[in-house]
This record gives sequence, structure tokens and C-alpha cells, in this order.
Amino acid sequence: MAEYDFIFKPFEEMTPEDYARVGFKSGLEVHQQLLTEKKLFCHCPAGKYQSNYNAEILRHMRPTLSELGEYDGTALMEFKTKKDIIYRIHYDTVCTYEMDDTPPFIINDQALDIALEVGMLFNAYIVDELHIARKQYLDGSIPTGFQRTAITCVGGKIPYKDRFINLIQMSIEEDSCREVSDVGHKRIYITDRLGMPLIETVTYPEMKTPQEVAEVNNILRRLVRSTGKVRTGIGAGREDVNVSVTGGTRIEIKGVPNIKRIPLLTYNEAMRQWNLLRLRESLKEKGITPDTFSAEYKDVTKLLRKTHYSPIGNSVKNGGKVNCVIVKGFAGYLKWQTQTDTYFSKEISDRVRVIACLTTLPNIIHSDSRSENISSSEWHAIRKHLGCTSDDVAIVVWGADQDAETGAKEIIIRCKEATIGIPSETRQALRDGTNGFERILPGPERMYPDTDLPPVPITSERLLAIRNQMPEQIWKREERYTSMGVPADLVPDLAVSKFAQIFDFAVSELKINPKVAATAIIQYPKRLKRMGFRPVLTNEVFNTIFSALASNKILKEAIFYILLDFAKEGRIVEALFPRPCTNEEITGRINAELIVLKRIEMYNPDKKADLFLGMVMNELRGRADVNVVKKMIEEKLSGAN
Amino acid sequence: MDEKELFKGYSEITLEVLKKFNALVWSDVDVSTNDGSFYSGIILPRSETADKLHLVVKMSTGYNIGIRAEKISNITVKGRKVANYKIPEKDFPYDKHKPRVKLFGTGGTIASRLDYRTGAVIPAFSPGELYGSVPELADYCNLETVKLYGVFSENMGPEQWIGTAKAIAAEIESGVQGIVIGHGTDTMHHTAAILSFMIQNSPVPIVMVGSQRSSDRPSSDAALNLIHSVKAAAESDIAEVQVCMFGPTSDMYGLLHRGTRVRKMHSSYRSTFRTLGDIPLAMINREKITPLRNDYHKRRSDKDFKLLPYFEERVGMVYYYPNMMPDMIDSMVEKGYKGIVIAGTGLGHVNKPLYPALKRAKEAGVAVYMTVQTLWGYVQMYVYETGREMMELGVVPTANMLPEVAYMKLCWALGQTSDLNEVKQIMLTPVNGEITEREPSNGYLVLQGGIPEVEEFISKYRK
Repeated sequence: MAEYDFIFKPFEEMTPEDYARVGFKSGLEVHQQLLTEKKLFCHCPAGKYQSNYNAEILRHMRPTLSELGEYDGTALMEFKTKKDIIYRIHYDTVCTYEMDDTPPFIINDQALDIALEVGMLFNAYIVDELHIARKQYLDGSIPTGFQRTAITCVGGKIPYKDRFINLIQMSIEEDSCREVSDVGHKRIYITDRLGMPLIETVTYPEMKTPQEVAEVNNILRRLVRSTGKVRTGIGAGREDVNVSVTGGTRIEIKGVPNIKRIPLLTYNEAMRQWNLLRLRESLKEKGITPDTFSAEYKDVTKLLRKTHYSPIGNSVKNGGKVNCVIVKGFAGYLKWQTQTDTYFSKEISDRVRVIACLTTLPNIIHSDSRSENISSSEWHAIRKHLGCTSDDVAIVVWGADQDAETGAKEIIIRCKEATIGIPSETRQALRDGTNGFERILPGPERMYPDTDLPPVPITSERLLAIRNQMPEQIWKREERYTSMGVPADLVPDLAVSKFAQIFDFAVSELKINPKVAATAIIQYPKRLKRMGFRPVLTNEVFNTIFSALASNKILKEAIFYILLDFAKEGRIVEALFPRPCTNEEITGRINAELIVLKRIEMYNPDKKADLFLGMVMNELRGRADVNVVKKMIEEKLSGAN
Repeated sequence: MDEKELFKGYSEITLEVLKKFNALVWSDVDVSTNDGSFYSGIILPRSETADKLHLVVKMSTGYNIGIRAEKISNITVKGRKVANYKIPEKDFPYDKHKPRVKLFGTGGTIASRLDYRTGAVIPAFSPGELYGSVPELADYCNLETVKLYGVFSENMGPEQWIGTAKAIAAEIESGVQGIVIGHGTDTMHHTAAILSFMIQNSPVPIVMVGSQRSSDRPSSDAALNLIHSVKAAAESDIAEVQVCMFGPTSDMYGLLHRGTRVRKMHSSYRSTFRTLGDIPLAMINREKITPLRNDYHKRRSDKDFKLLPYFEERVGMVYYYPNMMPDMIDSMVEKGYKGIVIAGTGLGHVNKPLYPALKRAKEAGVAVYMTVQTLWGYVQMYVYETGREMMELGVVPTANMLPEVAYMKLCWALGQTSDLNEVKQIMLTPVNGEITEREPSNGYLVLQGGIPEVEEFISKYRK
């Protein structure tokens, strides 16, 4: 297996060359909620979250045909799982539209405008006519069984390092429900988030290392935020990450809540695919291929009727059934490592959990495992009953009659897939950086035109109006700010700040020093936050301050104190701004502080001047120029000496 | 194939562009445009109601987009794949121990497929298709289907009603154990009413069913409604014309409503059908049928039913409003209408200026009947002087008959006789519950949201 002789190193030791060796490729699907007043297809308020509810609705989902007359694989899988889906609804956040008891209203124009604006920022091609599609989701996360979604633009690119990352497309779509729980055959959702507008930006798989994925995601995130028209906070931006390696399959890791977790998640997925390919090669060497693969299952309930192993014992007592699957030649393979501290048995257990709804773990036991479960005589009896040799593996699954049946069949399906390669799946990001099976990856078959809504032509007048108020792209802004002399640590934040326009106005019209303006807009609010204040700053606040500064009514040193007062009082009154003080006042203050200074024991006397300056400036509360005070202090101290 | 089919839905500039590059619908193409954009995908037929400026392409991701035809600089055709939109058909299994049920299709979305010309869903079904999409049906019966009509429910009319009644009669004669009628929901209660009058004393269940969410969507109520209706037709002891639709909006149980007391009450809710002024016949789920009353017509093995396929088309209905002018009535009389049903205010009133018109209607021999637009409650024309005056003008109160039911019944009565006394006799003699002697207090229940005890109830039981 020369091609697959590379062994994954620990995360920290992997080099870009190592990722190139396995053919690591990754693309992103970045979801971003839009800052609108209302939802996308109805008039419910957007962005209002609450976990309490007034009523519940019960639904089931059935697969339907796609426009091209085919069933979607995921759809059939979800139907196999036969879940009761419960929606919790609150009157304040959900109307009969989200309940799927009223047809959609026309698309929210405010949301569409924002989506088009972001498309333009990406230099993408805006579609001439928007076609709203239904994307099937049979997991119940949307009560209709589909998400209304439409492509707003195709193409586009963003600069990254010395190259560009190309975008495939961007869509506008309605957000789904939040899952409350999923146990056995019952899944519960809360519906407050349902229907909120979001955009999904899809890149080509052009990222070559896990770190690149996170970095590109950051750029995308910052670009959309630079509009000031998207939501921020927990859950407002979520990403799906697609990963593949040479010979592998595009696997989608869903619902990554935090960009920082992307590197480890993508590393583990690449490792999983690579190790599954190595597993396939090892099986091939043993002569196990899709054609020779052999497995069967039998009911072994009778053999385990008296077992002391309580998960099975309790299930049997409750009328459950126990099936045992024998997979020929698979001995040892369930211990094959797939991800960090994760083994092939987990791939099987995950499938059983999702497809057969056997959600209480452990849901399988197997003969490769050395952990305590059923007794060795019980194992012996089972193996004998099924004719299991030392070369084979026995996997036991238990539960309600139908579930144990589905479970056994699914175990065989997953084992056989190991001889083929990497099954197309969407996988769920887990806390430890690994991922677990979520569902079979849906294909284009699940798309269906929305017959409830007509296409929406995008007029050139509309695009022009959007273009006229569109912000500059962040990479252009960053370049400009840097050349102006804005400190490097403030540039990235300023480029996405909603006060970027105020900054430009202050610098170009009011002739404020760029460093001063940037510090006021970016640095001071952070300092206030550290002090425990969270003032709601507005354009007006900064306008008032910068105007006062421009007309020399205040010194730049006063800005922080004005913001501090605003944070405390919640209002901005120009008449109360700290006025510059006279040299006499400064001298008076220096003399007063000198008395205090003399009482302070200094560990490092060299710092004395700095400490003294700080003390005086603090007392003057921004009413004096720091350089002037510094000079006066130096004179005073040297004179005193 | 004709050109219309090959360039389905396209005309004017879009058609010119497609022809120029020899790109038929369903072609797999690369499209280049003047603004530098590039699209790859399949050309879809266009809805005829959409504008003539855009070409629709389904991209490999499954999404559709519209491209302005005037900016297209080139189309390269790479292949062609005509969509074969078909519900997987499987032979409906035969089980000699199961009852024979007939499903008549009249239209509606109980089973449907997509129509590219209009972008809307159109009905389609056969036992094989139904089995392919709702295999549970085979648990209850041996299903046979006949497509009687393919019309949206608003286009149902006398021809379809009479035809359906006759088809039902023939099936009963042939010994079927139950009948299901797939029907659009908008006028399902009109059809249920007229069939209740045309087919009397049926020995088997006649169950009307439809769906509020079309069956092309995963959350559709179609499959469950169909399962319930087939179960009712196959197993129920209730041998009446009834409507079988969702009880709550949740996928929990259906209700069987008496055909003369049911009405569609919400434009889009799943639980839109309600029995008014009375309670439903039964609750139904996959496992069992739970009668809510015992005064229904029981299933029998004889064939002593009556077929009365009569209908007079010159009958109108007037939804009274304040400020109504007498010419509204006069015009119908002048046009030779034979009957008028009025949905009056309150207990059954219209304004005084209409009286002369009512008098002229009486003199012209037009049958005028009064119902209430409150839907619940009786017409009571003795309480106020105005009511009595109107009765003297020949207006006949119809007790608690629902306006639509009274309308269908008057058409049916006038179809049998033009003797107004006989018509009155027919109208006021209940066939099957369209007039009841008493209204139980739980026959009027429109729970008022917001009230603590109602909210408590809603939070406790799934809607």
C-alpha cells in the first residue's frame, strides 16, 4: 500500500507538505444571518429568541420526488428513521407560515438587498432572475420538510495570501429550527429561529491546510460584517466545512460554531478519510472487496435472555430483540483508528444511533472490544450459533423489534461501505475536535422549485441603488488605513467597524489625525469593555466628539473621558466636555500630586517620571495635552532634584 | 415532437436565442454572457405566466436561476436529459381477505406532480403510483382507481357532480365495500353536500378526501389523509357521504365529517374542515375509528340505495351586505333564475329597500330561501318584525342549514320539480342532518385564543 503508507502525525506536528501528501482539500459554506426586522417569507420578528413556548405541533416527514423525478438518498434514510417530530411554538415569534399552515408571503426585500450587496462585495455575478427553490430536509429541522432558498449570485473571489479564493455561489435562505432533543423516535425543535434570513457563501475547495480554512473563513466573516447589516453573536454566523483527501469523498462537517475549531476538525476529518482508505487497502490485501464481502445477522435474543449485562438484559426484559451480525474476515478492524482516539466501531455505532434511533449508548458491542459486557460463555454461544470464526467479527445490537432489525441491516451496510471507500455523509462537529455521523450527504436531487412563489427579476435600478451605498471592500479599506498611518493593530477591526464611515469623515472632512480617530473608534470601546461598560455607541456620539476636537474645544486626551462619561450616563452633552486647562492649573495639579508622589516607595526609581505623569493625567481627566504635561513634569522633577 | 414542446414555455427573445443556438429544453448546456458570467446546467421549461425575458437553467447544485436572454453570447449544447417525472410505480398487491375499495379521482392535490408550463402542481394517480408513494394503503384494502375528472375543485360543476353520483351508484351496484373520492379542498363541502342528496341511503361509506399541503412536499397531509380515508372506506361502519380530513394541524388523527354539515374554514390550515352546528361523526387514525356519535347510517350488505341525480343550474346565492341595492335580486329574477339562497345577517335579515325586489321575485315564481352568514345558529324570522315581513314576501327560512348546503339543495330540489310547494317540502325535509332539530352546545366551539383557560388547553394538547 505504497500510496497509503503515510501515517497521520499528531495535529501540532503536521506540516503543509504532509497535507499536500494526502491531498487535503477543503471548501467552506459560510452561513450568516442578516440583520433584518422581519423574517424572510413572513412578517414575524427576526432575532427574537425564547426557549419557552405556548403550543406544540407533531409532524412526520415523507420523501417526495425531485424535479427530475428521483428520490434523494438522505430523504429515504430519514424516512427509514420514522421520527415523531415535535415543534414548540411561541405566538410572539412564529405565525402560521412557519407552522406550514400558510403559504409564504413574498420575499423580504430588505434581506434580498443585503444579500445582493454582499454579492457585489465579493465581485460576484448577480443573477438576473431569482428562483426560489425548496431544498429538502427530512430531519424535520424545517416544518415544511424543505428550506426555501435561492441563488443570488455566482462566482466572485476574495484575495488571500498571494492568490485568490474563488467562490462558487451565494444563496439567500431561511434559517431552520433549533434542536432541543433527539432521543429514540422523538425529536424536539424550538421554532423561534425558523425563517430568519441568512446567506450562505460557498467557496471552491481551494484551501490546502486546516489553518488556511480558518483564515479564509475569517476573511469571509469580516467581509460580510463590514456591511453592518448582518447579525453578530452566538449562532449568527455558522459554517459547514467540506473536506476531502486524495481518493476520498467530499465530506461536509455541519454546524461548526466557532472558526477557532476549524483546524482541528478538518485535521481529524482528513485523518478519518485517510485511515478509512488505509482500512480499505488492508481489507483488499486480505481479499475482502465489495464482491467478496460477506455478512449476515441472526436473532440471538434467546441466547442472551439471562445475561447480566444490563443494557441488553433490560432491553430484553422490556420485550426487545437482540441481533448479532457476523462480518466475515473483519476480526480486529473495529479497532482500526479513524480519528484521534476514535475507531471504526464508532462509525458503526453512529449509524445505528441515527438510522435505527438507538440513541442510548452503548448501542452495539462487538468481539473486537476488550471492555466488559456479556460473559465469555455468552459470546461463545453466540459465535457458535452464527458460525463465527476467529477471523470474523461479531457485532451485537439490541432494542425494540423494528429498531434492532434496522440496526443489524445498517451495521452490514456500513461494514460493506468500508470495502468501497468513504461514504458520502454530512458529519457533525463534536466538542473534542472529532466528528460523528449526522446523515447521508444529500445530492442535487433534493432540490425542487418552489411552486408557491414566482421568480423575482433583479432590476439594474435595484442593483445601482445598492451599489451607491455599498461600503468599500475590506481589503481595500485595510490598504488605505495602513497608508494613512492607522496603527496596524487597529486596522483589521476598523475595516469591519460600523463606524468606518465616521472615521473617513473625521479624517477627510474634520482633518482629525487618523491614529486619534481610529483609537477613539476601536481602542477606547475595548478599554471601556474591560472596565465593565458596554455603551451603545452611535454615529452621533463620535460625530459630536470629533467635531469638538476639530474646533479645538477639547483635546484628544479628553476623548476617552467623554466616552467613559457616556458609558456611565448614557448621554452625550457637549457643554459638559472637559475643556483644556491653563498652564497654571497644570502646575497646581503637579504640585498637588507631588505631595502624594513623595509618599510612594518606588521599587524602580527610573519609572518615577512615568508614574507621576500617569497620576497627573488621570487627575486632569483629559484636559491637558500629554506632551505639555510631560515637559512640565520633567522640568519640575529636575528642578526638584 | 412539436416545436412548442421542444421549447416549452419560451417565446419572443428567449425563443429566438434558444433557436439560434439550437438549445432545446432539457439540454445540458454551457451559457456565456456579455458581462463575463458563465453558467452550466440544464435548460428548464419556463412557466407560461413568467416574463418572456429570462432563460431558466438548473445548475449542477440543483438550484435554478434565470439568465436574461439579451445578454447571452453563446450556448454550447453538451447533451440532453429529459426529466422523467414519475412516481415509482409498483403493482398494488392483491389480498383476497381485504375489502375492495374504489378511489375516484376528480382532481386536487391528493396525488400530484409538477407542471412546468404553469410551475404549479397537477394531479396524477394510479393504484401503482399510489402504492409507490403511500405503500401503507395496501394494509387496508385492494384498491382500484378511476380518474373521473382532472379539474381543480373550483371548476367542479353540475356535470361532474351528476357524473360522480352515477359512478358511485354503479360501484355500489357492483358490490364495492367502500368508496373514496379524491377532491380539491376548496369546494369539497359543496360536492359532499350534493352527493349527500344525490346518493341516499348508501350501504357503504362514501369518503371524500383531499390535502391542504400538496403531496409534492415532505410535510404534506396527503398521505395521512389518504390512509385515513381508505381505512374509513374499507372498515368503517359509517355508511354516509363524509369528508375525511385532518382533525388538528398535527399528524395525529383525522375527522370524519357528515357531508351536509362540513365546511372549509381556513384558507390554508391542515385542520381547515370543521363540522358546524354539530359534532363530527368519528375520529380516525391508522389503527382505529372512534365514533363520536351513534346516530349515523350503519353499513349494510343490501343495495337499497337511491340515486337522485337532479340539478337545476339557474340558482344563485346572495351574500347580503348592508347597502345592498334591490337590483341585485332583480337582475337574477330578470335573467330567469329559478331559485335564490340568501345568506342574511344575524337571524336571517336583509335591509328594507330589498323588500320590493323580494316581492317581485315572489311574483315571478322564484324560490327564495334564507340562511345565516353567521354559519352557526338557526334562521329565526319570527323574532323581529322585519323577519315576519320577509316571510310574507315568500322568503323561506332554512333552519340551520349551512348556506352552501342550502344552495346545493335548492339546485337539487329545483332539478326535481318547479312546484314551489314541493320544493319547499324537499328543502325543509332533512335528508341527512342538513337541518337538525336541536343544536348541541358543543356544536359551536370557536375557542378564543389569549384567554387563560384556552391557552392552558392549547399548551396541554397538540394543536
